[in-house]
Amino acid sequence: MTIETTNRMDATFQRLKAEGRAALIPFLTVGDPDQETTLAIIAEMEAAGADVLELGVPYSDPLADGPVIQRASERALRGRVNLRTCMETALKARQAGSKLPFILFTYYNPVLQMGLEPFFAELAAHEISGLIIPDLPVEESEEMRRRSREAGIGLVPLVAPTSHERIERIVKDASGFIYCVSSLGVTGERSSFFEGVEDFIASVRRSTDLPVAIGFGISSKEQVARFAGICDGVVVGSAIVRKVEEVIPLLEQPENRAAGLLQIREFVSQLRP
Amino acid sequence: MIQVPDVNGRFGSFGGRFVPETLMNALIELEEAYRKYSADPEFQQEIDYLLKQYSGRETPLYYAERLSKQLGDAKIYLKREDLNHTGAHKINNAIGQAILAKRMGKTKVIAETGAGQHGVATATVAALLGMECKVFMGEEDTRRQALNVFRMKLLGAEVIPVTSGSRTLKDAGNEALRYWVSHVEDTFYVLGSVVGPHPYPMMVRNFQRVIGDETRRQILEAEGRLPDILVAAVGGGSNAIGMFYPFVEDEAVAMIGVEAAGKGIDTPFHAATMTKGTKGVFQGSLSYLLQDDYGQVQEAHSISAGLDYPGVGPEHSYLKDIERAQYVPITDAEALDALKLLSVTEGIIPALESAHAIAQVVKLAPTLTKDDVVVICLSGRGDKDVESILAYTEGAGK
Repeated sequence: MTIETTNRMDATFQRLKAEGRAALIPFLTVGDPDQETTLAIIAEMEAAGADVLELGVPYSDPLADGPVIQRASERALRGRVNLRTCMETALKARQAGSKLPFILFTYYNPVLQMGLEPFFAELAAHEISGLIIPDLPVEESEEMRRRSREAGIGLVPLVAPTSHERIERIVKDASGFIYCVSSLGVTGERSSFFEGVEDFIASVRRSTDLPVAIGFGISSKEQVARFAGICDGVVVGSAIVRKVEEVIPLLEQPENRAAGLLQIREFVSQLRP
Repeated sequence: MIQVPDVNGRFGSFGGRFVPETLMNALIELEEAYRKYSADPEFQQEIDYLLKQYSGRETPLYYAERLSKQLGDAKIYLKREDLNHTGAHKINNAIGQAILAKRMGKTKVIAETGAGQHGVATATVAALLGMECKVFMGEEDTRRQALNVFRMKLLGAEVIPVTSGSRTLKDAGNEALRYWVSHVEDTFYVLGSVVGPHPYPMMVRNFQRVIGDETRRQILEAEGRLPDILVAAVGGGSNAIGMFYPFVEDEAVAMIGVEAAGKGIDTPFHAATMTKGTKGVFQGSLSYLLQDDYGQVQEAHSISAGLDYPGVGPEHSYLKDIERAQYVPITDAEALDALKLLSVTEGIIPALESAHAIAQVVKLAPTLTKDDVVVICLSGRGDKDVESILAYTEGAGK
């Protein structure tokens, strides 16, 4: 049974489908280097043509992340950013005029500590459309799926090249979109993806009517273009976080801040297919 | 008593499998292979052969007469896991997992290590079976345990210093899992304790239960009855669960797990996960955890690198919640005093980890009578720790 929603993320995917193009989904770590800058970066990304934004919640033990996002998490945690402040950042971005759908990327433990009931109440109140929890496989996510459905929030599952016969079960109760992991490994730029990535995407497509996006390791305009042809969305994470890391010295100087932000905007803008 | 874990790897509400999707099929394959081979008598024979001929099992259950007399009336026995090849109980599990890896056709193994004992055990067994071995170790620990780093290299293993997070055991575990995600198709992860995603807590327990199985046989022979109290140190908790598990249904046998209180449980510098932690998900399973209000994992502190860990095995959390086992904290200073006591009364220098268990018995001694029989799991020898002890003693003297 499909639940009808007026979720901002679902609406975006429908519109893009009608326009015949794939969503560009940048990722950023909230609070890297600080929350105020995050708000400015969100605005730059929107101006650069992002379609959906993935907001990463910094975590002390990010198992699914490579060194670039680990470092970003450490920087953000030094500023005492937590799950609640990440949600507040989303709401502030909305209040500042952002029209983008926001997806929260968070490890499970912070959610568990907040409590599932307050967590879902806060998500709705903070205008967040979707959730990605990289360490919550389908076996452990039953209650989360039920609550997501009730709240009309997309719980986006990860499907890996090693998922094989698990794909059917994973996509069955999914909502929002399906996130295909491009390669074996953690997040981080890479020059090649696993052999058979096209077949893998095709097999995921056959098993679901939901939009299918791809991520993990996609860092260049060429790679985005390659996958935009066969997916409904392309996530770029570490490459953007690395760009943020590069321009932090600029962002920290009031006279160079605008130039630093412009570099981020240009980087995201040139990724667009 | 209910069999744990259940099919989902749950010990009551604890345990489970909280890992990236990329690892799920590998864990399911591992569980299936483990179940298949553990039902195969030849598999168990191969492990038993190595435990006996290579590691030197069974290990003695030694009546520590001088220690007993010094502390009062009770009879105190030491289960001498320190006499295993490589000097600790870690080899029991490393042999089991490496034989399983071989059966599964994997030729590469990885491991995480804190003090280096599990790393050395894995490197040793990898050398024995001709496997390629990589050991992840926090950069901070590679400095504190330089000798073990050299030992692993001598054994042909590659030691990879981990520079993320607190650069200690928990980060080594994270990095081993990350590496496994990238190399899951040809690599076997030899996890060193009863932690991590299912089936590791169950599998490692079963490879370590040889400690308790032997103890049971030996104490019946020596005393004609079961012990009154079992005491073992708990970091992740593999030696403790190995000792406790065969006695779980013997309600008359009290079980005490001893965790590291570091500089004291009222300071921020401890590893007392059971005493001060709350339920959370960490490195693949739900258990007690040292964390802040927002679910960020906190750093642990202990003089003993093997106990310096913010998590604990899910089966221990379960035994605590059903009140089958009791968990108590022991400080660095108490552990050090106990280490010195055992050294001078019995001529045995215990590992700092095991010294925590001894310290708890020192504490209990005034409440014990001549009819009490206590077994302490002496999980490892102290040679690896002499430098830390020296540094600590000098530091305390200043």
